Amino acid sequence: MSAHESVSSALRAANDAGRPALIPFITAGYPKLEDFMDVLAAVSDVGDVVEIGVPFSDPMADGMTIQRSSHEAIKNGVSLRWILEQLSANRDRIKAPVVLMSYMNPLLAIGYDELAKRALAAGVCGFIVPDLPFEESHDLRAALESQGLGVVQLVTPATPAERLQLLADASRGFLYAVTITGITGGDGGLPDDLAAYLDRVSKVSPLPVCAGFGIRAAGDVANVGQHAAGAIVGSALVEVLERGEDPAAFLRSLRD
Amino acid sequence: MKSLLESGDAEKLLAASINGELPDERGRFGPFGGRYIPETLVPAFERLEQGVRKFLHDDDFQKEFRAELHNWVGRPTALTPAPTLSARWGCDVWLKREDLAHTGAHKINNAIGQALLAKRLGAKRVIAETGAGQHGVASAAACARVGLPCTVYMGALDMQRQAPNVDRMHRLGAEVVAVESGDATLRAAIDEAMRCWVSDPDGIYYLLGSAVGPHPYPWLVRELQNVIGEEAREQMLRLAGGLPDAAFACVGGGSNAIGLFYPLLADTQTELFGVEPGGRGPGLGDNAATLATGRPGVLQGSYTMILQDDDGQVQETHSISAGLDYSGVGPEHALLQAIGRVNYIMASDEEALDALGELCEAEGILTALETAHAYAAAKKWAANNPGKRILIGNSGRGDKDMPTLIQYPVSARK
Repeated sequence: MSAHESVSSALRAANDAGRPALIPFITAGYPKLEDFMDVLAAVSDVGDVVEIGVPFSDPMADGMTIQRSSHEAIKNGVSLRWILEQLSANRDRIKAPVVLMSYMNPLLAIGYDELAKRALAAGVCGFIVPDLPFEESHDLRAALESQGLGVVQLVTPATPAERLQLLADASRGFLYAVTITGITGGDGGLPDDLAAYLDRVSKVSPLPVCAGFGIRAAGDVANVGQHAAGAIVGSALVEVLERGEDPAAFLRSLRD
Repeated sequence: MKSLLESGDAEKLLAASINGELPDERGRFGPFGGRYIPETLVPAFERLEQGVRKFLHDDDFQKEFRAELHNWVGRPTALTPAPTLSARWGCDVWLKREDLAHTGAHKINNAIGQALLAKRLGAKRVIAETGAGQHGVASAAACARVGLPCTVYMGALDMQRQAPNVDRMHRLGAEVVAVESGDATLRAAIDEAMRCWVSDPDGIYYLLGSAVGPHPYPWLVRELQNVIGEEAREQMLRLAGGLPDAAFACVGGGSNAIGLFYPLLADTQTELFGVEPGGRGPGLGDNAATLATGRPGVLQGSYTMILQDDDGQVQETHSISAGLDYSGVGPEHALLQAIGRVNYIMASDEEALDALGELCEAEGILTALETAHAYAAAKKWAANNPGKRILIGNSGRGDKDMPTLIQYPVSARK
């Protein structure tokens, strides 16, 4: 099984067990550098797949919570190279498949071929790249797929039908359905037509569809779970970490 | 950086640029440019590009745009001979006076052009970002002119440095939003404007202020700003007796410079100099000289030269001029550097202040701190090239810089 297939497989296993899959998101090295592996291990015990945010100085698709965490993580000394080193050294502590969320520039700084090799060695299964539209993604996808890794594509409620199919077919691991037209961390609630949107996306996707942006509570996860394979929880979890609370307990509460 | 280009590419790319073939259909200027944006914005950018293609060169749009440039902006702006500077520097010096345009800088050409476009595209409101505040003022004025509400994002640090412009924006009816995140300057303001646009890509028109960002902005802004170079070229031939041997323009994002340079690209006897802020010195974080000291990467939607560390984190910058204090640069400038058509050089904070003082005293013009960098570089070049004809793009007026200039009293500097 290739690395990106292990992501799909973990999500399907959750569904087979009769529950929506849960994908927690954490910003690497936030709030404290030295706690990264402990937090990741705890989160990976509960989550089916874990998304690790690579901090970037100009996170154009992120709201205040993730922005703040990225800014602090960079100040803490976090870099993509450091994250890959940490993951490589602690592979046995992480139970769930890992995908990295990174903006383009840190990936370019390492170089795609080098990135793909190091990521595979670190146990990373795929990448979510919010500022990389499909049209510009050929080189990165080719480099990652040569190692069995993939790019998780994002779709949004504004994505036209033809493009939706294109992105669904190109995606690896899962298809990331952005629930709202906006940035991460919104607290305006999930949109009324979410069910119809997720049904439409799930219908065309050969991979599990996971919904993210604005998912903060157990009710949101259950709601999403009726129309998609899983839910991605980012800002709400980062806020839990910010307050010094137990991330695993929070994640378990989302399943109650 | 040259390795981004194959052998022989430079000549082909210069020819393509002169022939109007760049950017290509993917928004690329050779290896630079493109569109690196969140999926949420993809449909909005496609609509924007279609709109630009439909309207920009349409006769009705051009007629209205040109009429506004003439009747409201006050174009053509003057080409001013600078006899005292000419005598001091030993060269024949001419100034293209964008400071005489309505609201006091070249920014107004782009702002009114995009505001007219926003109206045609059915936008409900306009957002803009600003560094020195000139683009914010121009956007506020242009939106008032066409009847669209305007919100301007501005770094909190820049708001302090450019207080008079913040007040001007308010008086022109714009809402000004202070951006505290990141470095609290232009880069943070652009990030925030992009985030705002993501929240309502259908109703909002994003009036971007420089030749930067994702396609089609670098192209759109150049097309709206090249009136500067078209006029300057014609005026040099008519008033100065020939094209310049060298032309100088300051470069932050690079809209004024690309506006001046683009119509002169085919005139290869004219050497072109883009002058970046050398700030306090050559160290990362001490300047904003992106082309002189940066590396290629992706920032704010475009593959271009950026100031970054080895991990790809974009670095904070320093310049005495808020309008040049930016970690990126327009992708077309990155190409013009790579193919060797434009030389990108630096002038320090100190050199800019000296040049600003000399221009005031010699010609009675208080220029913008941005523009002062171009004067500083032109003076150095003149020292080694006596008797030559020089054109300087005087991008804006310096009234807005008074809060900064007051910190450097004339008596103390003499």
